[in-house]
Amino acid sequence: MTEMLASFLIPLLMPLLGREIADMAVNIIVILIQIAVVIGVTLLHVAYATYWERKVIGHMQLRLGPREVGPFGLLQPIADGVKLFFKEDIIPATADKPIFYLAPVIFFASALTSLSVLPFFDGFAVANINIGLLFLLAMSSLGAYGIVMAGWSSGSKYSFLGGLRAASQVISYEIAMGLSLVGVMIMAGSLNLTEIVRAQHEYPVGLYAVPQILGFFVFFVAMFAETNRLPFDLPEAESELVAGYFTEYSGFRFAMFFLGEYTGMLIMSSIGALCFLGGWTLPGFIMKALPFLSSLPPFVWVIVFLAKVYFFMFLYYWVRATLPRYRYDQLMNIGWKVLIPLALVNIVVTGLAKIWFRGMP
Amino acid sequence: MLQQLFFAYYAVMIVLLSLLVVTRRNPVHSVMWMLLLFFHIAGLYLFLNAEFIAAIQVIVYAGAILVLFLFVVLLLNLKEEIAGRRFAGSWPAGLFVSGLLFIAVTLALGSYVQGPVGKYSIDVIRSETHTKALGTLLYTEYLFPFEIASLILLVAVVGAIVLAKRKLRS
Repeated sequence: MTEMLASFLIPLLMPLLGREIADMAVNIIVILIQIAVVIGVTLLHVAYATYWERKVIGHMQLRLGPREVGPFGLLQPIADGVKLFFKEDIIPATADKPIFYLAPVIFFASALTSLSVLPFFDGFAVANINIGLLFLLAMSSLGAYGIVMAGWSSGSKYSFLGGLRAASQVISYEIAMGLSLVGVMIMAGSLNLTEIVRAQHEYPVGLYAVPQILGFFVFFVAMFAETNRLPFDLPEAESELVAGYFTEYSGFRFAMFFLGEYTGMLIMSSIGALCFLGGWTLPGFIMKALPFLSSLPPFVWVIVFLAKVYFFMFLYYWVRATLPRYRYDQLMNIGWKVLIPLALVNIVVTGLAKIWFRGMP
Repeated sequence: MLQQLFFAYYAVMIVLLSLLVVTRRNPVHSVMWMLLLFFHIAGLYLFLNAEFIAAIQVIVYAGAILVLFLFVVLLLNLKEEIAGRRFAGSWPAGLFVSGLLFIAVTLALGSYVQGPVGKYSIDVIRSETHTKALGTLLYTEYLFPFEIASLILLVAVVGAIVLAKRKLRS
């Protein structure tokens, strides 16, 4: 598609701008189109992730979930979006205005920026950078600012407590999450997400979740805490803090937190799918058993990737419907005294195993 | 040309943002400007092809250290902080010393000699990836300084625990 666009646009732009600038302009246009497509598709997924969540949890609790708007309630997320868009935007009198405006933007933008390094199928990532995994960790730590600043700038006790809880929780669990991914980095020998998936495909089982079971466990628990989901949703615990850090937000500003949270869940699920479940690839033995699969064009594999992402999303909902919320000291104990030591053990074992099998480099 | 423009942008912004950080009355606003400052520093590292350092700059400084700053600042009594004077009484002395330092550095610029060019040129780092080049050097040639640095950090951690524990006992 890139070549098609280039062959069409370059002759048009060349007389105006000259060869070099025309190339650059076409490049920029292609990137902008990619960004628009990725964001658009992701927001659609976010909208229907909320619908699916309500359906799944509804059925788990012997209810039916949304079914009034449209067939099977399928238009419910759109109705919700329209409602939020037209709600009155209320700003509390005690709020610190510039930061109150900025907080949801930081939160949402950092979630959307993370999308840029995710490879959805072989060869498609908006930015295929060498430090993809670190970039994702950096963006998730930026997202914490959105939460903390929202909590502080609202000028309300509930928001403030929610913001403080979020700050300490996200810092603690980000250490565990970063360390749990080190095992994957050692095995793949790269921080580039595309390279990680390719290295994983060459691995006999095709999934790093098998040799990295310890890292996968730590990642899996930290994933819930990083996105402030149950059973670790203390920053927004409704029975104690009303709604936590976004208590004072209304209308579309609230919607930005909501969208950011679900985008964050999709991104965490994607990291899990890419680093532990083989991304867009199927394990080698399946490919050997069904040889016609390797003749499929690359973009078809996005279906495999999405299936893995939605597997994680389903686990999010399942856990939410099943487990009660932890107490705050329990949360900290799990993070610092269980997950981080486990992740460190995993790093040492993985490193030794790599030396054992491959020899000293 | 483009390179100079990029560098000029980062240099000017870093100075401006640092000034904003120290002059804001509200400490939370200072922290927010500092966040932007850290991103500009990371941008400068990226511009130097040091992608790993750039990512670490954001993860460690913006993601961990600055959040801890924010934690302390949030727990201050903000109304008192804003009403109080922004600078300590001895600021003219500080200005004098930094002025002298600036003159000394300016004078020393004349005797600047470029160091010898090592084997890690930009092309080598690009082909090997920055993370790999850094890791290989850090864990072979510079292992000893690396271990010393980690020992210093360990001392700081132990010190913090000792201080906290002593308070609990009394």
